[in-house]
Amino acid sequence: MIKKDKNAIAPWEKTKWYYTDTAKSIFSALISIVIGLFVGAIIVIIVGLMSPTIGTKDMWDGFKLVLFGVFSTGRVGGTLTFGFNPVNIGNMLFRAMPLILTGLSVAVAFKTGLFNIGAPGQFLMGTMGTLSVGLWLGWAGCPKGLAWLAAFVVGVLLGALWGCIPGAFKAYLNINEVITCIMTNWIAASLVTWWFDSHNEFKNSAEGGKVAYIIPLKNVGVTTPKLGFGVLCPGSQANGGFWIAIIIAVGMWIIMSKTTFGYELKACGANKAAAKYAGINGKRNQILSMAIAGALAASGASLYYLSGNTEFYWSTYMSLPAVGFNGIPVALLASNNPIGVIFAGIFMSMLNISGLQLKNLTMYNEYISDVIIAVIVYLSAFSLFFRQFLGKRKKNDKEIKNANAEAFEEYVEEKAAAAGNAEKEIAEGGNE
Amino acid sequence: MVFLIQQTMLYAVPLMIVALAGVCAERSGIINLGLEGIMIFGAFMGVIFIRIMQAAGWTQDKGQQMVIIALLGAGLCGVVFSLLLAFSAINLKADQTIGGTALNMLAPAIVLFFIVLIAHQNSLKINGAAGSWFMITSKNFTGQPGGFESPIMNVFFNNVYLTTYLCVFFFIVVSIFLYKTKIGLRLRSCGENPQAAASLGINVYKMRYLGVMLSGFLAGMGGFQFSLTISNCTSSGQVAGYGFLALAVMIFGNWTPINIAVCSILFGLFKCIAAVYATLDLNGDGVYLLNDLGISPYAYRLMPYVITLIVLAFTSKSSRVPKAEGIPYDKGQR
Repeated sequence: MIKKDKNAIAPWEKTKWYYTDTAKSIFSALISIVIGLFVGAIIVIIVGLMSPTIGTKDMWDGFKLVLFGVFSTGRVGGTLTFGFNPVNIGNMLFRAMPLILTGLSVAVAFKTGLFNIGAPGQFLMGTMGTLSVGLWLGWAGCPKGLAWLAAFVVGVLLGALWGCIPGAFKAYLNINEVITCIMTNWIAASLVTWWFDSHNEFKNSAEGGKVAYIIPLKNVGVTTPKLGFGVLCPGSQANGGFWIAIIIAVGMWIIMSKTTFGYELKACGANKAAAKYAGINGKRNQILSMAIAGALAASGASLYYLSGNTEFYWSTYMSLPAVGFNGIPVALLASNNPIGVIFAGIFMSMLNISGLQLKNLTMYNEYISDVIIAVIVYLSAFSLFFRQFLGKRKKNDKEIKNANAEAFEEYVEEKAAAAGNAEKEIAEGGNE
Repeated sequence: MVFLIQQTMLYAVPLMIVALAGVCAERSGIINLGLEGIMIFGAFMGVIFIRIMQAAGWTQDKGQQMVIIALLGAGLCGVVFSLLLAFSAINLKADQTIGGTALNMLAPAIVLFFIVLIAHQNSLKINGAAGSWFMITSKNFTGQPGGFESPIMNVFFNNVYLTTYLCVFFFIVVSIFLYKTKIGLRLRSCGENPQAAASLGINVYKMRYLGVMLSGFLAGMGGFQFSLTISNCTSSGQVAGYGFLALAVMIFGNWTPINIAVCSILFGLFKCIAAVYATLDLNGDGVYLLNDLGISPYAYRLMPYVITLIVLAFTSKSSRVPKAEGIPYDKGQR
């Protein structure tokens, strides 16, 4: 994942805010989003023109819903109405919660130079741990708070363990983590199905028509409290898990950018050989990074199923949870920045809600939002191209050149002064 | 036994041809992680072609012509789809892993979008069962239904698909092309040291495009072969992870065709056992050995993946990755 930016800014250069790296990342993400939405809208229009059953009005409705689906308030007398819809907003934040966490999972691994495509498997392992422990402790009459915590922790630990496997294969055997992640995904899918298939007590047999579903955790009362969403977005699925996801994201930002451990992880990702030369244990860091990634993906699963209003279809050996794969576009869109992941996750779930509105209110179906997401991923692959395009500064401008020359002199002086101070301190220390 | 061999063939052939697709791309220096997506797209287009031909009034007696056209059409659609990856990876020097992942997400999204529009459900079928429309039986050769007298003929020419053999044919042709022709050698040189290849007058861009397009052709055909045989000519926006499994087979087979063929037969066998273990009667004495063992079916299902992991762990030291794979070609670099 090493990328050279020809227009990188030297430390002494004084430049406009829109040439900074963060700004460029945001701009290139916005370009991807705009083109992605544009492609989605064009597909809606082309399909509308080609299909005899979709009229011009339906086509226009589809176009509007692709862009503003989350603000849709349904249909009144045949025309779409838009406005603040607390249920949609709340559901959007609820769906954003696991996406933020799987996005973080992919982003942290990316920072260490690993591509964590194993988030679906880690998500499934987290689901298994949380549901089993939550139900067991709930039936055993354990205090609700304690049961919640235990279910969450066990889910997260199982995910971390599952993430360790590709990490260890990469560190000790140098096997491409993409292949091992994919294998562990499918192993997890079979394993989870096997586990629930052989434990009949978890199966929801009380409710008719719920074949192959696990008993939801709300039946034993082990659920995340609403923490304000009951007032903010009444009637929606949102709950306190969203706040927990944000706290985890901020925590990851602090770990990645403010601690030595985070620096070591990033160093391994930027240049493994240099990191080794600097005395960083690359193998340990690769495994740890994958373990953290696994824990994050699994925490998404834990919070999702601890919300109580979700049900798990256990016969999943043929399919992997899409939310795990959607962590990849979230991380890419956020340029692997943990804070950016929050916004990217909310954006992705907004697209998801738009897709559902499209399905409910027009002739189109929800898969158009997946198309948009895929286009955004495709475009984020060449974010380097966008960045270079954005970063074409006028280097030959005389004024800028002179200003930069001055800034360079100042920078050198500053450094020299700092070095002088340091020498003095050393000399003084020696005298004492 | 006949049943087991035929089933194994069904599972092994898509893996084999898609793994070779991976080899074509990686030998030219491009990691094609989008094999799964190309397969899904090829499977969908193949089913669409067959539906179009059925709608045009082609009947069961033209079944073989239909599958051949659909197979080649799926391959060509795979080529078109793989151009997306080629453009981003070769011209824009983008990250190839992300490009491939984008293809993997794009294919099911587009395919499901159109399937739901066309069929108002999540899967698209042809009219009638694939088996009765497209299978070759002894009737095609001798005019007599019910099998041949010779058991070998029964295994290979009774109740099989013609496309299986077409895929094997393409597998051999492309292998020879890669390893025995001048262009094949040039293509492989671009995956090892593109700068040195360029210094000898080889156009690295063209060679890499050729590699990715060949890869798309084979993977598209593999996808159609999968949907025709394993999922009974149904396209439902997934190929059950076959593209990824093929990547593993490719690594396991050390990027060489003969090893890949052997490995995919091995994997086909495991996949096949997982699918049919309950009705598997090896010596015909009415005892279903694997079923009677009482092991959970999910144990058989996760077996191929666990074995891949274990085998990769043991063979990783001797694996020989194309040296320049995954690195965008930069003319100015030395």
